[in-house]
Parts: sequence; C-alpha cells; structure tokens
Amino acid sequence: MTTVTIVSEGCVTRASAEPGAEDLWLAPPVLRASTGWALEPAGLCRGPACVPIPPGRQTEFVRGDGAVNLAALARQRGQAAVHDDEGRVWVFGAPAEARAANRPSLEAPDFTLPDLDGRPHSLADAHGRKVVLIAWASW
Amino acid sequence: MDLPVWQALHTELGERNLTVITVALDSGGAADAGPWIREASPTHPSLIDVRHLVAELYGWVNVPTIAWIDEEGRLVRPGDPGWAGDYFRRMVEPDFDHAAMMAEYARLRAHYLDAVRDWVAHGPASRWALAPEEVRRRLAGPDRDHALAAAYFQLGTVLHDDGRAEAAQGAFAKAKALRPESWSYKRQAWHLEEPGKSAGPDFWAAVKALADRPYYPRHDL
Repeated sequence: MTTVTIVSEGCVTRASAEPGAEDLWLAPPVLRASTGWALEPAGLCRGPACVPIPPGRQTEFVRGDGAVNLAALARQRGQAAVHDDEGRVWVFGAPAEARAANRPSLEAPDFTLPDLDGRPHSLADAHGRKVVLIAWASW
Repeated sequence: MDLPVWQALHTELGERNLTVITVALDSGGAADAGPWIREASPTHPSLIDVRHLVAELYGWVNVPTIAWIDEEGRLVRPGDPGWAGDYFRRMVEPDFDHAAMMAEYARLRAHYLDAVRDWVAHGPASRWALAPEEVRRRLAGPDRDHALAAAYFQLGTVLHDDGRAEAAQGAFAKAKALRPESWSYKRQAWHLEEPGKSAGPDFWAAVKALADRPYYPRHDL
C-alpha cells in the first residue's frame, strides 16, 4: 500500500491504494471515504448512480480480498485515465457523457467552481436564465 | 483583460434574464487570477478553474472562448473568441499601428456585444442563435484524444503543485502532442515553467509557425 493522489473530475484526494501498471486498487472503506463509490449488488454505485460490472469481467473490477479497481471503473465510465511514471498521481477525466461533444441534447455541461472567496458556484444555479459563459486567463 | 466589460454587460442585462459567468483558466489560482478579479469588483460569478475543467467539458483550446446557453441549459453557441482577433499578430511588424489595433478591437467588441443584446432580446429568433445541427458540427472532434489530452494536462498541474516541475512538463508535453491546437495548454505550461514565457519568444515563434492559419477561429460573428 502506498499513498496516492487521485484527481477525479477535478477533485483532488489522497488515499491509501495499490497501484499497478494500469490498475489502482483501493480497499472498500478507503474507496467509499475518498471517492464516494461503493460495491453494491447493482454494481459500483455512488448515490443513485450505479455502474454495472460487465459480465465475465468481475476480476478486472473487484479482487478476491474485496479491493476495487478505481481505474477500471473510470474507464468503464468513459473517463480518460492517466498517471505519472511512479504511479503516485492518478488522474481520471470527465466521464464521456459529461463532455459537450458527446451530448446529442446539446445540454451545456454543468460544473462547480470556486470564486475568489472560495464559494462554490454551479452553472446549474443559473437554470431558467440565459447565460454567457466566458473563459479567460491571466497568462 | 475584459472582466470590466463583462461585468458591465451583466449589470446592463441582468434584469433581462441574462447571467454572465466568467471562468479564469488559471492553474496558478488566486495568485494569478485574483488581482484581475479584484480590480473588476464582479457581482457576477467570477470563478477560478485551476485544472481547466471548463475547457475539458466544452472542448475549448484558447482564451477568450465564450458560449451562449439558453434558459433550458442548452448550448446556443458552443464557443466563440468574442472580439478577440488576429490583429495582434502584426505587433512584430515594423510599421505596426497600436492605435489602429485598438480601434479594430473596439469595433469588433461593439459588434459582439450587440449580438449578445440581440440574442437576449429575441432568443432563438436572433440571427446569431445557431441551429442545433450547427452547434453539433462545431462540437465534433476526436473526443478520445481530447479527453486524454485534458487528463494529461490535469496531471501536469497536480505534479506542478507537488513541486515536481520536470515531471509536470513531461505531462504537459503529452497533452500538447495530443491536442496541438490548444493554446491554453501551451501557454499555461509556459507560464508555470516561468512567468512571462507565455508571451515571450516561444509564444511568438509558435504564432509565426501558424503561417496563414488563424490564431482565433472566426465564425460568423
């Protein structure tokens, strides 16, 4: 076990895990505490959202000792998964259905980001209003 | 920076059901974006995006990039450069006329802000509201490569935060190779490497290498 930094959908957490070449194994209590995901009869679930484990691929997702492969879950959700050479930092990107290019409905992707005082704001807060969304940068 | 212009638009059109949201794609966080935000005294949500998540979600490759989103939360225009244009590229020419550039940008800005006002007044009937199939066309691209590039870019920002500058630049290099059209990846990586580098000789060499290709894509606005 080693402490790894996990970035998923922009949220950074540190957790005790067992990294492999393309796998990242977390014990169930660590998985739940650091990511919110848990193994349930319907599959891997976080709140109401469940990702069923594909038939015949159980060992890719869950090990005999109960550890769960967070990288396999991410790939199943269409998240790009990359890590540094040492396996100490893992990044899982936005799920496929969260990215605008994959949304036939043209629904603008929601996001939550802090203002200068650290207060979180979401695009969804402005639902029912027109929005002009501007990306800029200081550099 | 145009934050005061956006704040003025928010003030002007707030009662007509428009919300302006500005997002700083700044991995240096409040240290980099804060002075600009404080100076603009925003009453609109003025947010800081250290991992460039909005660029990842919307597929954006440069700043400024602007989306219009309707009352139902649907994209009406998925990404325009606003009034930013390629005039700045003439700065390297000996007879460059700064006043002429500012006049041209002022003209484009007035035109762009009028387009926003027209959309706020007329909604889908505005000539500037795009048809859904055109929005879809503009969003299309090699999504898997773009997603992988965004993940490597975020990896670079975390490694940089951890003080691993060399490993960070390695991750940024992968992001840039997967999405060579992203000026945000290039310039943010340069800035983290050394403040000022994002507008230095490397930047100008990259702009020159565009030859007759645009820096800011111009659509119909």
